[in-house]
Amino acid sequence: MSMFSIFNVSGSAISSQSQRLNVVASNLANADAVAGPDGQGYKARQVIFETVPMGTEASAGVRVSAIKESNEPLKRVHNPGHPSADADGYVTQSNVNPVEEMVNMISASRSYQNNVEVMNTAKTLLLKTLQMGQ
Amino acid sequence: MFANLTNGLDFQAKALLIRAERQRVIASNIANVDTPGYVGRDINFKDAMNEALGTSTSLSVSLSQPSSGNGIPSASNGTTNARHIPLQSQLGTLPGDGGPALGYTPVTQPAMDGNSVDIDRERANFVDNSVRYESTLRFINGTSKTILSAIQGQ
Repeated sequence: MSMFSIFNVSGSAISSQSQRLNVVASNLANADAVAGPDGQGYKARQVIFETVPMGTEASAGVRVSAIKESNEPLKRVHNPGHPSADADGYVTQSNVNPVEEMVNMISASRSYQNNVEVMNTAKTLLLKTLQMGQ
Repeated sequence: MFANLTNGLDFQAKALLIRAERQRVIASNIANVDTPGYVGRDINFKDAMNEALGTSTSLSVSLSQPSSGNGIPSASNGTTNARHIPLQSQLGTLPGDGGPALGYTPVTQPAMDGNSVDIDRERANFVDNSVRYESTLRFINGTSKTILSAIQGQ
């Protein structure tokens, strides 16, 4: 029954989107993190999506192929009173852009909802098919 | 005679299979809405239905021919004797092994990452296809109820 593979396709999308949501949560949690003694602050992470063929040409799932760190320069804030300030009085913080992350979060949650909806519809149709001829 | 009875069902069964296949393709498009470089696919229902019906008539012709008669079961219709009634097994099957031919969705708003899926159109297609799938199911149910009441004669 070909429609059963909708659950695999949408399931792979749901798990990929939840992983994206997870990465967004880490980024937002570390938005104000200060660099440690080695000067390496938290770098924003991004998931990279990739298509996975599932058996036939008609069904294409998705998976997270890699989680990459952002190349943007770390934020430097002038705060001489801070215990982690360097000789010039600058504190190095993470390069997370909270606005970008919020947009990313909304996009991920909408995609997640879409795929849940697809699964529900496929389930309803399969149940109706089971009742065929009754 | 039995073929006359199930001809209407066969038509609807093929339509249902193509609908199910299209549902799967649209689900793949929705799943890959954030994948860079993904190109949306779709099934042209009219072409797929024409293909399915065109091949099925030639199939039933080949099925009605007697098998070679050397005692080896022929894979196409399962008969081992010329007087066997061949199996009418094409009900609910589509021609070809890969299913109906896939096309590409038109690109309305090109994205920076090369993804051609328009999520609004895919959602609309998905709902449209669901309703048509259900209506095909109702046609099948109606036909089978008609046949059953004709058999029972009550």
